[in-house]
Amino acid sequence: MQLSRQVEEKLGSLYRSGGRIVGGVYLGKGQEAFSAALGVQLVGGRDVYGPLIRDQAGRIAFGEPLLDCFRTYLGTATGPMRGRDGNIHRGRPKEGMLAMISHLGALVSVVTGVLFARRLRGSLGDTVGATSIGDGGTSTGAFHEGMNLAAVEKLPLIVSVANNQFAYSTPNSRQFACEDLLSRAEGYGVRGWSVAGTDLASCLKGFRAAVAAARSGSGPQMVVGRMLRLGGHGEHDDASYVPEEARFSHLGQDCLMVAEKTLAARGLASAEVVKGWEQEGRKLIDAAIAQAGREPLPDPYRERWDALSTSHLVEGRSE
Amino acid sequence: MSLTYLEAIREAQYEALRQNADVFLYGQDIGAFGGAFKATKGLAREFPGRVFDSPISEDAMVGLAVGAAIEGARPILEMQFADFSSVGFNQIVNQAGTQYWRTDVPCPITIRLPSGGTPGSGPFHSQSMESIYAHYPGLVIVTPATVEDAYWMLLDSVELNDPVMFCEHKFLYYHLKADSLGERSLPIGKARIARPGRHATVVTYSAMLHEALKSAEELQLDGYQIEVVDLRSVKPMDTDTILASVARTGRLLAVGESFPWGGVTAEIVARVSAEAFHLLDAPPMRLNSKDTPIPYHPNLWKSHRPTVTTISDAVRRLLRY
Repeated sequence: MQLSRQVEEKLGSLYRSGGRIVGGVYLGKGQEAFSAALGVQLVGGRDVYGPLIRDQAGRIAFGEPLLDCFRTYLGTATGPMRGRDGNIHRGRPKEGMLAMISHLGALVSVVTGVLFARRLRGSLGDTVGATSIGDGGTSTGAFHEGMNLAAVEKLPLIVSVANNQFAYSTPNSRQFACEDLLSRAEGYGVRGWSVAGTDLASCLKGFRAAVAAARSGSGPQMVVGRMLRLGGHGEHDDASYVPEEARFSHLGQDCLMVAEKTLAARGLASAEVVKGWEQEGRKLIDAAIAQAGREPLPDPYRERWDALSTSHLVEGRSE
Repeated sequence: MSLTYLEAIREAQYEALRQNADVFLYGQDIGAFGGAFKATKGLAREFPGRVFDSPISEDAMVGLAVGAAIEGARPILEMQFADFSSVGFNQIVNQAGTQYWRTDVPCPITIRLPSGGTPGSGPFHSQSMESIYAHYPGLVIVTPATVEDAYWMLLDSVELNDPVMFCEHKFLYYHLKADSLGERSLPIGKARIARPGRHATVVTYSAMLHEALKSAEELQLDGYQIEVVDLRSVKPMDTDTILASVARTGRLLAVGESFPWGGVTAEIVARVSAEAFHLLDAPPMRLNSKDTPIPYHPNLWKSHRPTVTTISDAVRRLLRY
């Protein structure tokens, strides 16, 4: 989660300095504990993960190389999206990391489909699939359809719901009317887990239990965490609509600082050790940016301009 | 042996399930019940664990199919009616249609769309969606008009490594029959000259093919030889075959059952106008349904869609020019 924060601070500064990043930058500040706690429970290369907009920490924990991140933000031809898609819309489906589309809730059924095919082919074993959503995304039809379908199919899906209080600028009060998003789990016939989104220990405990339950055949699990998004929807947004009192509330705590305090208090990692991680992280980031920055950008004359894999069915091609 | 268009679709799914263990069927009421039209009759029994009833969730059905395809499966989805695929529209055009282009991972799914009007079906059980889906990149749109094509093109669709919208026409389900399924002949992407002629070309597809053929019969009595082209797949569109036909006849009428604004017939006219203007002896024409929702009562419905009479009238106008 610390590396994630550093990566995102770098992305933010690259965005503000202008020029190198094409398009927007969408960060997960304040949600690293919640995102990473899911990512570390998953086995990269075996499990399936469909991260969403604020999951840089989960991506790192799952094993996504930093190069994938910077190559995609810079839009290089070498990245997994090859300049065809950008920023957080990246993934490597064949390696278990799906590439989100912007339509919220749509990944729930796609992750379910991967698991469905595995069960059909007898390769499911104890693998699981996971995806993320926010408070706003739970209002979509796709989310509801996907949750219901996963529950009917009884597949090992973990859905993490980060209730960061605002969907872009819209507060919870204009997003849903139930007391707690956790109560939706019961409606789907899915087990729900509640964690403190700002507390890494609580997040780890909750996700460990939820992922274990899914692995052992208990069907879909929904984990809800509450926290405050400590930034705008994207870097273009100053989040001026977030009231002062929210920022200074319990939910407005910075999960990274909370985690550092916990580590020190429990004697797991001193401030010095944390500093060492930070320096190590900076080196990794600098190396990844330096490499991505040297790599070629997409070339419209070399681009194949085909949306079909069956090349003889691509219109206008004479091969 | 005589087989209907619907039975051919059932047989093709049987064959796809038999040939490839990665194929499975997913859709509403398609399991033990055999589907609203019985297109999957008996398949759940013959292929246990591979034919699934789904919840009424078109969005999630398509999402599940995309995920399964990423994992190497080859799902065939049944939308109970093409009309309801609009609920799954986002997953079709944004998830399935972009998957290969964005990630380099193919998305071999086949979505069966029971399409088109039948008397008494009304605005929400009669739609033709081919123009809508053809507009989006990354999808193959097939529109079989014959029993043989219903069978072979469905098998071809399942074998393709891309998402296919399989527009099967409900009006043809029961009364269109063939003595045999024939041989695999033309591939997806190739049109067929359904009837040769020399005075005018009618380009059409799906159920309208049969209206166009009847119209050609009628015009034959007046001494006109009308060439009828069956597109078979609207995307990719076999422009070469259309242009070759127009080169022979010099006159073009494009006929489709979907709504008139834009769409397949407009695309045909645009391509011919741009690429074969010098071959035309008359302005190219198009004929579609009326620009209203599809009416329920047969009296209205019959006037809403192109018919033998309106096609013949249009061809006569074309010939008089």
